[in-house]
Amino acid sequence: MNRSIITVVGKDTVGIIARVCTYLAEKNINILDITQTIVQGYFNMMMIVDTGNISEDFHQVSSDLEALGANIGVQIKCQREDIFEKMHRI
Amino acid sequence: MININEVIETNRMIEKENLDVRTITVGISLLDCAADTVDEVCSNIKAKIIRVAGKLAETAENIAMEYGIPIVNKRISITPISLVGASACRTPQDYVKIAMALDEAAKAVGVNFLGGYSAVVSKGMTMSDRLLIESIPEALARTERVCSSVNVGSTKTGINMDAVRLMGEIVKKTAEATKEKDSLGCAKLVVLCNAPDDNPFMAGAFHGVTEADTIINVGVSGPGVVKYALESVRGASFEVLCETIKKTAFKITRVGQLVAQEASRRLGIPFGIIDLSLAPTPAIGDSVADILHEIGVEKAGAPGTTAALAMLNDQVKKGGVMASSYVGGLSGAFIPVSEDQGMIEAAECGALTIEKLEAMTCVCSVGLDMIAIPGDTPASTISGIIADEAAIGMVNQKTTAVRIIPVIGKTIGDSVEFGGLLGHAPVMPVNRFGCADFIGREGRIPAPIHSFKN
Repeated sequence: MNRSIITVVGKDTVGIIARVCTYLAEKNINILDITQTIVQGYFNMMMIVDTGNISEDFHQVSSDLEALGANIGVQIKCQREDIFEKMHRI
Repeated sequence: MININEVIETNRMIEKENLDVRTITVGISLLDCAADTVDEVCSNIKAKIIRVAGKLAETAENIAMEYGIPIVNKRISITPISLVGASACRTPQDYVKIAMALDEAAKAVGVNFLGGYSAVVSKGMTMSDRLLIESIPEALARTERVCSSVNVGSTKTGINMDAVRLMGEIVKKTAEATKEKDSLGCAKLVVLCNAPDDNPFMAGAFHGVTEADTIINVGVSGPGVVKYALESVRGASFEVLCETIKKTAFKITRVGQLVAQEASRRLGIPFGIIDLSLAPTPAIGDSVADILHEIGVEKAGAPGTTAALAMLNDQVKKGGVMASSYVGGLSGAFIPVSEDQGMIEAAECGALTIEKLEAMTCVCSVGLDMIAIPGDTPASTISGIIADEAAIGMVNQKTTAVRIIPVIGKTIGDSVEFGGLLGHAPVMPVNRFGCADFIGREGRIPAPIHSFKN
C-alpha cells in the first residue's frame, strides 16, 4: 500500500469524477475513499488512492492527471499522503 | 485518516501563502581534498562535490513534484576553504583559483549557491586565513555562485578586532570590485559572530569541522503562512497569538522534516538538522515585516517592533522544536531589508533605521542583513558596525552577522536592484560620526565573563 491524495478543485461540471475514475482504473489505481465539498463556490474533491501497484511511475500519473484537469477545466493534483499526515498528525 | 479540510488547508498554504522548503543544503567536508598543489586541490574538490551532490538537484525536484511542495533552492556548504587550501595556497590568487573551481562545481551540479569560501578567525588568524580573506574581493567578483563568510568572534573567545578591521576594508574592496553590478559581491559576503557549523542558509553557510563527511540540512520557511494564520486572530490576547504562531510553526516544520528525511534517504546522505527560520522573499505576502504589522505595529521599526519580534522568534522555535528532533542552524526570524517587501517599504518611508535594525538583531536569528549603505562610507565605520553586531552576539551567546552593501556611486535616496531572491533596497543613512581610533587599535576584545548575569 502506498497512499496518495488526489485533489480536484474548480468549477463543478458533468463527468469530472467519471473521467478521473476512468483514468485511475486504466492505470490500476485503487480508490480507497472519496470526499467532496463546496468551498466558496468551488468544487473540491479529494480521493485517497493506492498508488502501490501503478503500472507507470508516479511522475507520469501526476502529470497525466494535471493534463486531464486542464482538459476538463479544473485543477488536479496528485501528492503523496505523507505531507498531510506529517503536517496534521502528531 | 486525513480529511478534506486538512488537505485543503495544506494546499492553500502552498498555493496562496507561499509555503515552501527554502533550501536543501548538502554539507560536504573537503578536508580530504587538501593537496600539495593548488591544481590538485581544485580537481579533488570538483570531483568530490560532483560525486556527493551530483543527484541533488534532480532528487529535490522529484520530491517537490511528488509531495506538491516547492523546494526553492538546492545548495552546498563546504569546509571553510582557508583550511582546505592551507597546504597549497601561497598567495591570494591561489585561493581565487579554488573559488573558480568551486563555481564550476556548483554550476556542474546545478546548485544556485555554494557557501564555505570562509575563514573562522574568532581568536586569531593563520597565514592561510589572511590570504583567503585578502582574496575575497577578487574571488566574489570572478565567480557567480560562491558565497563567502568570515567568523570574527564568539562568546568563548571574544572578538578578533584585527579581523574586524580587515573585514571593513574587505567589504569596501568587494563593493569596489563589483561596482558595475551595484556592488553585488557584498550580498555574497557575511561577517559572523558565533557562526553555527550546520547553517543551511546563504551567504553564511559552511560545513564546520565538527560535522560528519556529508550531511543534509534543510531550511524551512513560511512567513506568509504565519501572517495568514494571524489574520484570523486580530485583537486576540497574547496567549491566543502565541498559540497560533506555535501551531503554524509546527506545521511548517513538519513539512521540512519530511522533505529532509526523504532527501536523506534518496541521496544516501545522513540527515543533520532542520533550520527553523522564517525566511522572507521579495514576493508579496512572504514578509516578516508583514507579520510584525499583523501583530500590531504600524510599520516595522515603530516602537514595539523589538518586543513583537522577540515574541515571534520565540514562538517559532517553541512550535518548531516539537516538530523535529534535530533543530539547528540559525533558527529564528530573518530580518533582511532588500529581501522583504515590508522591510523595504518601512525603510523607504523612514520607519526603519539601521539603529533600530541593530536593536532588532538582539532578539532575532541573525543580524544586519542585506542593507544598502552609501558607497562612500569609510571602511572603519563598516568595521564599527561589524564590531557592534559581534558584541551583541558575543554577550548574548547568539549568532549575529553583518551583510551590508556599500553601493559604490550611490547615496541616500538612491535605490539598488540586486534581482531575484536578493531583491531591491533603498540606500540607508549611516551615522556620520567616526570610530577610526577605536578600530585602529590592535588585538582582540576579551571574552565576556560568564557569571554575574544581570
